[in-house]
Amino acid sequence: MLELIEAALSRPNLVAFVLLLLWGLYITITHHNYVKKLVGLYIVQTSVIFFLVTTGAKEGATVPVILSGVEAPGAGDYVNPLPQVLTLTAIVVQIATLGVSLGLVSRIYRSFGSLDEDEVLEKLG
Amino acid sequence: MTYSFELPLLALLILTAGGAIIVKELISAVLILGAYSFFLALVWAWLGAADVAFVEAVVGAGLATVFFLLTLSQTSPEDTRIRRPPPPIIAVIALPLLGLLLLYAANDLPAFGDPASPASVHVSPHYIENSLADTRTPNVVTSVLMDYRVLDTLIETVVVFTSGIACWLLLRRDAE
Repeated sequence: MLELIEAALSRPNLVAFVLLLLWGLYITITHHNYVKKLVGLYIVQTSVIFFLVTTGAKEGATVPVILSGVEAPGAGDYVNPLPQVLTLTAIVVQIATLGVSLGLVSRIYRSFGSLDEDEVLEKLG
Repeated sequence: MTYSFELPLLALLILTAGGAIIVKELISAVLILGAYSFFLALVWAWLGAADVAFVEAVVGAGLATVFFLLTLSQTSPEDTRIRRPPPPIIAVIALPLLGLLLLYAANDLPAFGDPASPASVHVSPHYIENSLADTRTPNVVTSVLMDYRVLDTLIETVVVFTSGIACWLLLRRDAE
């Protein structure tokens, strides 16, 4: 048990990721305001991206831009670029889905005059 | 790589994520969320992910905040609910269990910043060592995004285009 706590505390990135993920999920489940639900969803998405980028970090490595004059770069000198590429795509898709969901929220407000889930469900029937 | 910068940044991340929900006014919540995105960009710059930090600062802190504010300007800027019902039991039980499970898995993860972690020894050395000779681009992230995996990026623009069409269809003035 003790070494489990130690293993978690020696990885502050993982602890931060878990806290953000749970916090975002909790908000998405419990809050009844649509905009706050979307804020929770945004926190969940960014926390997962944060965890992915964390896996690419390397001790003593630098930004994955090959220094000028270097002809044969070594893999140990630059951080892992692949998680970064995948997360770039993920961030853009995240903003696209956020835009569509905010459009839906604004349309719901135009039709029902409320951002509260329960009020909208009441008016629906 | 020391922990000196990291711990305050992570604490600020969690603080702003918490503050974005606790405040009652939705506009303040959205602005605090913008601050959260900006701290995230700082963390990524510290982790050596410069491109991701740029994208997060521009798209996450900038564009997402603008989207939220545009929506709020057309709807109500207040969380009208005064009293909240108690959270469902399943959320109170299942979420801490999920957290414990994730922290339990910490033992099996490679140490933070380990150069010999599985993610860093499989295919990524190939890209770092050969991308300059293959594509004549010093930025490895750019050469993977725009050369090796350019079809992915192409389909990504299709996703953005689709979401643009969806927003236009939803927000047309004569949509009834």
